[in-house]
Amino acid sequence: MIETINIHKTFGDNYVLKGIDVELKAGRNNLIIGGSGSGKTTLLKCIVGLHKPEEGEVIYDGQNFTQMDFEERVPIRKQIGMLFQSSALFDSMTVQDNIIFPLNLFTTMSKKEKIERANFCLERVNLAGKNKLFPAELSGGMKKRVGIARAISMQPKYLFVDEPNSGLDPKTSILIDELIAEITEEYQTTTVIVTHDMNSVMGIGDHIIFLHNGQKWWEGSNKQIAHTNNKELNDFVFASKFMQAAREKL
Amino acid sequence: MLYSLGRYILLLRLSFKKPEKFSVYWSEVMREMVSIGIGSLGIVAIISVFIGAVATIQTAFQLVSDFIPKTIVGTITRDSTILEFSPTISALVLAGRVGSSIASQIGTMRVTEQIDALEIMGVNAPGYLISPKIIGGITMIPLLTVLSICLGLAGGYIACAASNEVSTAQYLEGLTSGFKTIILQVSMVKAFFFGFIITSVCAYQGFYTSGGALEVGQSATKGVVFSCIYILFADLIISRIML
Repeated sequence: MIETINIHKTFGDNYVLKGIDVELKAGRNNLIIGGSGSGKTTLLKCIVGLHKPEEGEVIYDGQNFTQMDFEERVPIRKQIGMLFQSSALFDSMTVQDNIIFPLNLFTTMSKKEKIERANFCLERVNLAGKNKLFPAELSGGMKKRVGIARAISMQPKYLFVDEPNSGLDPKTSILIDELIAEITEEYQTTTVIVTHDMNSVMGIGDHIIFLHNGQKWWEGSNKQIAHTNNKELNDFVFASKFMQAAREKL
Repeated sequence: MLYSLGRYILLLRLSFKKPEKFSVYWSEVMREMVSIGIGSLGIVAIISVFIGAVATIQTAFQLVSDFIPKTIVGTITRDSTILEFSPTISALVLAGRVGSSIASQIGTMRVTEQIDALEIMGVNAPGYLISPKIIGGITMIPLLTVLSICLGLAGGYIACAASNEVSTAQYLEGLTSGFKTIILQVSMVKAFFFGFIITSVCAYQGFYTSGGALEVGQSATKGVVFSCIYILFADLIISRIML
């Protein structure tokens, strides 16, 4: 489980996070949603340690991550897998080398074992046989899937996903969502997904945190979201006529 | 200025922390050595031959006198090539070729979140990305300078052979007379520091890129410009101290 306690973050005069307290439980798809500029990506980056909050703490299974230095964080980082919005694959490496990169650095596996692990991860994301391709040769959806394969190569305990559906067609988006949900269930990872895709929210949102103006505005599940009276949340989730019509049928 | 200097020093300190796995870093060092060394052979060879030839022709042109032995052309060409032309001009050219490549490569990795991905994995990103480049620079640039010296002197020989100003025998006699090893030492010290400046300054500019494609280009430009200025400054300091 990951817990954030009273997280505050500013960028110059811009007060982005104003005391966020959340509990992100294992084996669940924890979705952080909110409009553009609401602070969801900043919160994710504070949780994974890419941003340092001015105030507050991030606790990974009882360990205070915020107070650790780089060296102390390494054991926790080895248990983290992350899929970036841009996939962030290493351009100069093949798909296989991208996946075995963390294995090269942090394990004593033999070359054969690493290749077997890469093949397993690629099969898991339905990209078997694409080992020798370079990121530039992949489509957006394939890049995301390779990103997921790399993220799960070290069998992570915590999986972070930043805007998994950005730039993808609806069908591929659903495939990616389903894949993340399957991995969460299979490995019982603490999965944190930042998104503003309503298909993801309604499809895999076991636990949803809605941020508004840098504050936690609402928390619940996808089953509860259709029946909430929270105005800001309703304005966000049911902004489109399609979603309004869908809500009426629920 | 002080803020940038502090950040540069801290980045260098992080770059030389103990690697997570030596073998992975070693293969990166080898890759950088090939990229910097072999990749720059062509441009260094071309400029060296031409500079050596031009230096010889111009020196011969300026020393047309019955009172000055013609062998002096070889001696002046040798000393100026070893001391200045090969290390400094090669370094300025390499700042453009190697430096811009380093700054844009690391800058692109920054703006496409690849550096964030390294940090999330628990990899010391400055160590993994920057130290192999610096090691590649401080080893390969002195070697390229040695090659540049040889080709520069060969260029001078070709210039003598192609003109009637100085005979090749006089040129070779000048090359071999009164040689002091200190000039070679100064040249190698310069090349070592120039290699360090090019790789570290450009890596620093790339590492702290923020924004997008435009900023990556700006970082590469800044890296090259600052490297060139620091190279000339270091050239002056080293010459003043060692000669």
